[in-house]
Amino acid sequence: MINFEYTKASSTKTAIDASLKNNNAKFIAGGTNLVDLMKKGITAPQRLIDITALPLKNINSDAKGITIGALVANSAAAENETVKTKYPLLAMALNAGASAQLRNMATVGGNIMQRTRCSYFYDITMPCNKRNPGTGCGAAEGYNRMHAVFGASDKCIAVHPSDMCVALAALNATVNISSSKGDKKILFTDFHRLPGDTPELDNNLQAGELITAIHIPANNFNKAYYLKIRDRLSYAFALVSVAVALEVKNGIIKDVSLAMGGVAHKPWRLTAVEKFLIGKTASQQVFKDAAAMAMDGATTYEHNTYKIKLGKAAVLEALTKAVV
Amino acid sequence: MQTNKPNGCANESRRSFFKKSTAIAALAAMPPLLAKAGENDEKLAEYFEKVPLQLEINGKPYSLTVEPRVTLLDLLREQLGLTGTKKGCDHGQCGCCTVHVDGQRINSCLSLAVMNHGKKVTTIEGIANGDNLHPMQTAFMKHDGFQCGYCTPGQIMSAICCIREGHAGTPEEIREYMSGNICRCGAYPNIIDAITEVKKGGQPL
Ligand SMILES: Cc1cc2nc3c(=O)[nH]c(=O)nc-3n(C[C@H](O)[C@H](O)[C@H](O)COP(=O)(O)OP(=O)(O)OC[C@H]3O[C@@H](n4cnc5c(N)ncnc54)[C@H](O)[C@@H]3O)c2cc1C
Ligand code: FES
Ligand code: FES
Repeated sequence: MINFEYTKASSTKTAIDASLKNNNAKFIAGGTNLVDLMKKGITAPQRLIDITALPLKNINSDAKGITIGALVANSAAAENETVKTKYPLLAMALNAGASAQLRNMATVGGNIMQRTRCSYFYDITMPCNKRNPGTGCGAAEGYNRMHAVFGASDKCIAVHPSDMCVALAALNATVNISSSKGDKKILFTDFHRLPGDTPELDNNLQAGELITAIHIPANNFNKAYYLKIRDRLSYAFALVSVAVALEVKNGIIKDVSLAMGGVAHKPWRLTAVEKFLIGKTASQQVFKDAAAMAMDGATTYEHNTYKIKLGKAAVLEALTKAVV
Repeated sequence: MQTNKPNGCANESRRSFFKKSTAIAALAAMPPLLAKAGENDEKLAEYFEKVPLQLEINGKPYSLTVEPRVTLLDLLREQLGLTGTKKGCDHGQCGCCTVHVDGQRINSCLSLAVMNHGKKVTTIEGIANGDNLHPMQTAFMKHDGFQCGYCTPGQIMSAICCIREGHAGTPEEIREYMSGNICRCGAYPNIIDAITEVKKGGQPL
């Protein structure tokens, strides 16, 4: 790993100021993604700003929703009583990610900011427009089994690897951000970007901006399920995943949120399927019809055509498991 | 040039070594590069600056200086000779390097040592009580929870927390919450037996 300067920020303001002073500086929280990328030579910041002492570790909930500080560990968020009872989809998604050890280290802010696990991005001898703009996309014509089927571009077909983010997209969360210009909020579904012509940009966070928290508005969902399909039962990234939350009353679907992971450069909301489901009976036949349309509009590559069949099956299973 | 100085003194020597070596490189370089090397000298030297680090390891206080890029795992193994903690993948993918920081299990290979300032670290060397093995160590021996033993320190450190966290209720739950520890020898069934026995024993861990 190339060495760097290390500073520990004592306040949000000093962290932001320090990041503005050096355009090759990065915040570090749990380090589980950044240290990995630095060891591989994928990124080499000149300065690391340790943000772990900042007061962003609280979870607050009220009638309006829940706010989870950016430095709350993934394990702490998953074990929080309010999260478990009122936002179980988030707890399920968090627990489906990484390992117990990594969840103790990983923070909510870092999880949102984690980079793709595309093997071409990870191998510095390979072309990759995300790592090294202009070098081409190794995956497009390469071994693209893990790659996107929605929203990709000819510049990049990588997927966003997070489980937590799929749940946050389904739960209509917002990201709270601080900068020298003040505070702002971004809707979670607008936070991550599609690759387009600038795959080097994963999201819309600007230089000098710090994620302080995520907020999930209160909801009336009474059924939820996070289904993750991977190469082994645990401790592996998703091939596809499905986050579903439903409000079912007297057998009728009053409201539903459906998002997929492992299929796009960002968590992918299935808005057409949601529209189809609202007002219908929560029955197997309806779920089958919904699943049949789930992958409409997908584009596959040589090695990931299986994601169409798997995606449909996963949507059906997630809906079915949510309502039992 | 000083060499082989233990912790703390190495900073100065490396720094002056670096300055000398850039000077030598600069002598051989083309004039524009020479000017640039001079300008950057002080700046680049900073990258070798060690930072002070105080932490407690297995109940003993340590006052150290480390380069920011040193991981907790490398600090333990390379600088402090605590080689019980193993390096498998060095990328968070195997669990060999599991230690406890403030009572929580983490992968020491992805943790920068400096970020553990003021914390309490426990490694496999720190869990026995004198000659009395920790109950988890005893159970691993009794149930043959290993073959080659390479993953074992990480498994044991992880297993202790698996019970403490309340995630050792069933074999399925143990499998899920121990999934961050890979065993190439495939000792999994015996590891689960060992954890189950310690869980049932109900000793405080
Ligand atoms: C072996 C392995 C398996 C994994 N499996 C999964 C999995 O199955 N599912 C899953 O979802 N994830 C998985 N992960 C990824 C893991 O969840 C992320 O690495 C973790 O969430 C990152 O959080 P962190 O706090 O460690 O981030 P860091 O590594 O500290 O930081 C990551 C990035 O976020 C930035 N950052 C951190 N905090 C902030 C902030 N508050 N504001 C602005 N920027 C910030 C940093 O500058 C850096 O660029 C896995 C990781 C490993 C190593
Ligand atoms: S050595 Fe740290 S997880 Fe493998
Ligand atoms: S005992 Fe050999 S790797 Fe686990």
